[in-house]
Amino acid sequence: MFTALLIEQLLNGLQLGVMLFLMAAGLTLIFGVMGLINLAHGSLYMIGAFACATVAAATGSFWIGLIASLAAAAGVGAIIEVAVIRRLYDRDHLDQVLATFALILILSEGARWLFGSFPLYLDIPPLLQGAVPLPGGGQYQLYRLAIIGVGVAVAVGLYLLISRTRLGMRIRAGESDREMIAALGVDIGTLYTVVFALGAALAGLAGALVGALQSVQVGMGEPVLILAFVVIVIGGIGSIKGALVGAVIVGVVDTMGRFLLPSMLALTMPASQATTIGAALASMLIYVVMALILAFRPSGLFAAQS
Amino acid sequence: MNRILAASLLGLSLATSSLANAEPVKIGVITTLSGGGAGLGIDMRDAFTLAIKQSGNKDLELVIEDDAQKPELAVQIAEKMIQGDKVDLMTGIIWSNLAMAVVPNAVAQDVIYLSPNAGPSALAGANCNPNYFNVAYQNDNFHEAMGQYANKDYKNAFILAPNYPAGKDALTGFKRYYKGALAGEIYTQVGQTDYAAEIAQIRASGADSVYFFLPGGMGIAFMKQYAQSGVGIPVTGPGFSFSQDVLPAIGDAALGVKNSATWSKDLDNEANKKFVEAFKAEYKRLPSIYAAQSWDTANLILAALSKASVKDKDAFRTALKAADFKSVRGEFAFNNNNHPIQNIYVREVVKEDDGVLTNKIIATAFEDHKDAYAEKCGM
Repeated sequence: MFTALLIEQLLNGLQLGVMLFLMAAGLTLIFGVMGLINLAHGSLYMIGAFACATVAAATGSFWIGLIASLAAAAGVGAIIEVAVIRRLYDRDHLDQVLATFALILILSEGARWLFGSFPLYLDIPPLLQGAVPLPGGGQYQLYRLAIIGVGVAVAVGLYLLISRTRLGMRIRAGESDREMIAALGVDIGTLYTVVFALGAALAGLAGALVGALQSVQVGMGEPVLILAFVVIVIGGIGSIKGALVGAVIVGVVDTMGRFLLPSMLALTMPASQATTIGAALASMLIYVVMALILAFRPSGLFAAQS
Repeated sequence: MNRILAASLLGLSLATSSLANAEPVKIGVITTLSGGGAGLGIDMRDAFTLAIKQSGNKDLELVIEDDAQKPELAVQIAEKMIQGDKVDLMTGIIWSNLAMAVVPNAVAQDVIYLSPNAGPSALAGANCNPNYFNVAYQNDNFHEAMGQYANKDYKNAFILAPNYPAGKDALTGFKRYYKGALAGEIYTQVGQTDYAAEIAQIRASGADSVYFFLPGGMGIAFMKQYAQSGVGIPVTGPGFSFSQDVLPAIGDAALGVKNSATWSKDLDNEANKKFVEAFKAEYKRLPSIYAAQSWDTANLILAALSKASVKDKDAFRTALKAADFKSVRGEFAFNNNNHPIQNIYVREVVKEDDGVLTNKIIATAFEDHKDAYAEKCGM
């Protein structure tokens, strides 16, 4: 039974990691290419979830909702980039943080104004309902397996996009020297809008996928945003590979910590005390890991060339 | 001499003028209006303002602020309300960790605080205070009822709650009356939305039932994930986990679940019928337990104000303690520690003819229940 539990918890960690990767990939891409710290990334995640819940409720199909979430997050992302973010590239990071923090407040209150404060209902599509058997006698929720699948597909897709396509070439060029590629005649403005919309769409996808699992409500993006920042700091800011590795580390460490720490402490102290202390320790574990990694690799595991 | 006379005349005229137009009674309402816990605070605010509007009392002035479920923010707002706005009464806090940050400090400054929801054990026993009235419940109460009820069917329960004062009170309360074995006990993070790791432990634990206290968005996430996990062990919880604010988002996964509460929409008394009708008419949705408690809080204040002036603290406290108002929960009285003596019911989640999920009372767990900390209170 313990092996089954262990496999299930590893899968849970992987699923959390994959979801964080969808968030962190966009965040790190935007930072790598444009040098912009985008705190409003969590709001794009929320927009994806709200778009999916609304469209799914109207049409009865989760899949149409999922497409709507991509479109809505990318659309809002593009509008934000053109209207606000474009003015911030030459400013320092403090101005960017202030402006994108203002965007969080505006988008959250906007969502509250449109949809109200009560959580929306979004259910898992019938095709992915239920659980599948695991080796060792356990069971695992099918939908979570599907999320892992989507995450792997996105990781492969991003790799191909960046290493094999013309757009990817421009993104890489933009990362290393933006003045030079502008001088070579690439429309850097459009490139930035496209990259921002791409990052936004990934956040929206994550929001929609997770919305069906958790609850769709205003402010759902901010806790995930904090974890996504931990991920990109661990992985190395600007590196997609780092985001993937960092996300899986954070996902697995967080899940395993929540599961193993209380039961390990229970060996040495009374159960109720062990659960309280274990829970408290588990919630700081990922930050401890982040501090350790930064102590040895100050610019993260896969630091992009600065 | 003339100067002194002039000054005393001025003083007198000021005193009389303040008597002539009675100053409005200021009530500071700190509640959660944004973030994941906003649904609870909005129900609190809406019921409170509606009760005051319906009373037609024009001498009440409300100062409403959003604490965003953050203790440090709640403390700042409370300080501003007490020092700046000079409020006479305070109310509104939903979460026990925020109540612990605000209430002891406020009552020490001789401000009367009426709790419409949070009832941490630390404020019910030795640290009870004549300025602190809890109109809702002591945190343990709902869970004690479910612990008692679980004895009927279950021998090996798995229990979980968030790691904050109300979460600890919850599991303590459950264990006080539950006689069976525990298959496991977990404290989760406040605001956690993914319960995969906990559900895996429940699956491996061999429990015959799950008892969980997860208010607001946390409960929605847990129930949806639990229903999909294929675990299939029956769940029970306090009314908060299956309150009207979260039922629509949980969906059919909640059908048939037993939960405990001091109030339900179908509770048969005049005050409750009037409340449910008024709330539905004004806001086009069903009230939750938070709305019911806050409606009672407002009516308790109104009743006390009709007997005594809020400026005469002793008389006003006596008027509050008499609890001379029509509670939507039926019989209602204050114990020596200013916490309620009330019935606690077991409810079941049902679907009404119009497809709306709601709760129905199926049993009474305790009659005139008192909390376990009252005897430690010196009042």
